[in-house]
Amino acid sequence: MIIDMPTTNTAKVNAKIVELRQQGGAVALGRVLTLVIVTDDGEKTEEAIEAANEASREHPCRVIVVARGAREAAARLDAQIRVGGDAGASEVVVLRLYGELVEHGDTCVIPLLLPDAPVVAWWPFESPDKPSEDRIGQLAHRRITDAATDKDPVRALACRRSSYSDGDTDLAWTRLTQWRAYLAAALDLPPYEEITGATVSGEADSPSTDLLAGWLAAYLKIPVRRLPPQRNAPGINSVVLERKSGPVELSRLDGKVGTLRQPGQPDRRVALARRNVKDCLVEELRRLDPDEIYEATLEGLTQVEADAPEGAPA
Amino acid sequence: MTTWQNPLRDERDKRLPRIAGPCGLVIFGVTGDLSRKKLMPAIYDLANRGLLPPGFALTGFARRDWENEDFAQVVYDAVKEHARTPFRQEVWDRLAEGIRFVQGTFDDDEAFDRLAQTVRELDEERGTGGNHAFYLSIPPAAFPVVCKQLARSGLANQDGESWRRVVIEKPFGHDLESARELNGIVNEVFPEESVFRIDHYLGKETVQNILALRFANQLYEPIWNANYVDHVQITMAEDIGLGGRAGYYDGIGAARDVIQNHLLQLMAFTTIEDPVSFSPQSLRTERIKVLSATKPAEPFGETTARGQYTGGWQGGKKVPGLLEEEGFPPDSTTETFAAITLEVNTRRWAGVPFYLRTGKRLGRRVTEIAVMFKRAPHLPFDQTSTEELGQNAVVIRIQPDEGITIRFGSKVPGTTMEVRDVTMDFSYGRAFTESSPEAYERLILDVLLGEPSLFPVAGEIERSWEILDPILDFWTKQGKPDPYAPGEWGPPSAEKMLGRTGRTWRHP
Repeated sequence: MIIDMPTTNTAKVNAKIVELRQQGGAVALGRVLTLVIVTDDGEKTEEAIEAANEASREHPCRVIVVARGAREAAARLDAQIRVGGDAGASEVVVLRLYGELVEHGDTCVIPLLLPDAPVVAWWPFESPDKPSEDRIGQLAHRRITDAATDKDPVRALACRRSSYSDGDTDLAWTRLTQWRAYLAAALDLPPYEEITGATVSGEADSPSTDLLAGWLAAYLKIPVRRLPPQRNAPGINSVVLERKSGPVELSRLDGKVGTLRQPGQPDRRVALARRNVKDCLVEELRRLDPDEIYEATLEGLTQVEADAPEGAPA
Repeated sequence: MTTWQNPLRDERDKRLPRIAGPCGLVIFGVTGDLSRKKLMPAIYDLANRGLLPPGFALTGFARRDWENEDFAQVVYDAVKEHARTPFRQEVWDRLAEGIRFVQGTFDDDEAFDRLAQTVRELDEERGTGGNHAFYLSIPPAAFPVVCKQLARSGLANQDGESWRRVVIEKPFGHDLESARELNGIVNEVFPEESVFRIDHYLGKETVQNILALRFANQLYEPIWNANYVDHVQITMAEDIGLGGRAGYYDGIGAARDVIQNHLLQLMAFTTIEDPVSFSPQSLRTERIKVLSATKPAEPFGETTARGQYTGGWQGGKKVPGLLEEEGFPPDSTTETFAAITLEVNTRRWAGVPFYLRTGKRLGRRVTEIAVMFKRAPHLPFDQTSTEELGQNAVVIRIQPDEGITIRFGSKVPGTTMEVRDVTMDFSYGRAFTESSPEAYERLILDVLLGEPSLFPVAGEIERSWEILDPILDFWTKQGKPDPYAPGEWGPPSAEKMLGRTGRTWRHP
């Protein structure tokens, strides 16, 4: 069910939510968090809501969408409430802000936060340079950005590093989890040899590739080489970890299937498709404490040596 | 060299899942229902979540004259129909590469030699590294011959770093003696730490949540004892009958089928003391401890009830009684409803009766644990105002609609002081459970990881038969079970069993 409330205020929205709950029975039980989505109003807004609705199936939540409209218009708040089939396991409140109100989204969000439940802010597209100092970011226990969807991913990642604060996280980091899991699992098994060198290759503007290199640098405590893509493959292309008995190599050149190569063992192929936003969001909502690993990885970025675009992997 | 510390692992890194090391799974009895509806979809779901190792191999063994491709098609159909997570071609393709089929019967030496050969080839082609689990989804009567064959063909041999594990399903015997015999047969070939007994209830999120509810909160544990708890009811009801299951069920009955394993395990989780840690060893220690303190309450004539459903109308459909179901002899004394009373002789639980009941063709399908509390010692209201107030209760719903309900008294709005029962409900939500893993997923992964917390050990199985055997002996001397109409909550004797102490069964 979708209820439109043009030119309204948050008190009316709140009253409407309570009314809907009473009419429809226990619609709002068991919500575990409030997810605030901050975006400019546009076509892509719906994509983000869709992903949040699906993620809500694992983490029942209230979704508040702050959609910033035209700044030149007269100050106005349009609201829309979605419950039931139109909202997954969540209830969605879309707040469309116009005019001067665009700068004061936080004041519209505060009255609608669930009591005593964690708040997660998510900027699915463009994000503030310092999320933890953003007014909505300050309300949140966890702040999710996405460097890969930024107009300038490289700059966005640099911002993440300089502005890191506990509770920050980035979907470019979340997309790496499966890669990291396979690499860590490979090192769980013999031969137990020290890693002497590491090389990561991928698209020039793939922040996930940079973060993977940063993670390896932080944890292997060795400089990591960052190479340009091979054969124009998308995203992360490959990771090579050198050790005495030969390299461990995990590569993905078609964006879908990974190959794990180890000396003396048959090549193993593994599904390693780029993760969609919903899966990443589900993973992010699972933890609300500071991600120390991500922090260390951002630090590790300084240990990454970028190579000039040419050569084959070492 | 000192022990290897994987530099990429950090215990604070909670994102990294534990992926099983290189390994393969061999399923015996792939044509069975369980295999198609639960095991194969669970394996796909694990693959889809990225929890299976690269190069994972799945081998089927059955009598059918199939090629690898035919078996792969069967798995494909099963996955398409029953998998929980969405179908993704690239995941399926990787899984399909590792699917093999070996045709043969259990007494066929040559077939097992071929299986051994297939497993060796998988080690070379797929890099399964000699690590293999054997899932015996077959009747227990076939265990001895399959175990012998696994030993004879060398499939059970583990050397050096590699492992071999065996997974078995209930029934774990039909009494203490047969359970010991079965454990003996399996342990002859596989050491106890390589034996994984599946009780799929222990893989359910809600069952694991009992431990979280009890030990992660301050709210419940102080009242979780005989000072506050009046009694506990554990119910597992099914609305279906036993059509087509005579071969398995006749002579076994509800108590052996459900109480011995699922209900006693649920009771163990409800009653255990806090484990020192969540390590498999400490959890088992606590479970065995509480089961050792558990005794059936006597006299059995008053503390137990058993029943058999008759024909009649249920939920708008005419259904046959057990004796008319195909395959059951007309004089069958197999019980389809069983209720027993247990006491736990510890300081925490002394004097609290535990009522366990299960049955087929009952009102609806539900499994729940209801902890019923004592009434408040003094009510400062008129008697009329609390007439409708029942006992406080915490109800843990295991399935379906997983969640927790708390029942307490509340004032009815109005000018008079009237107190009535209301409920407060926490639900994982229908949509929410869509994403929570199936029990089999969790358990198969635990087998591949060698993580034994959620599997009962031989000691627990034997202990639970010791609890149940005296009741079963008593029942065999009692002739026929009491009849009950389909769609009801068991025979009148079940109501009487609680009525003697002024209690009633909850309507679940």
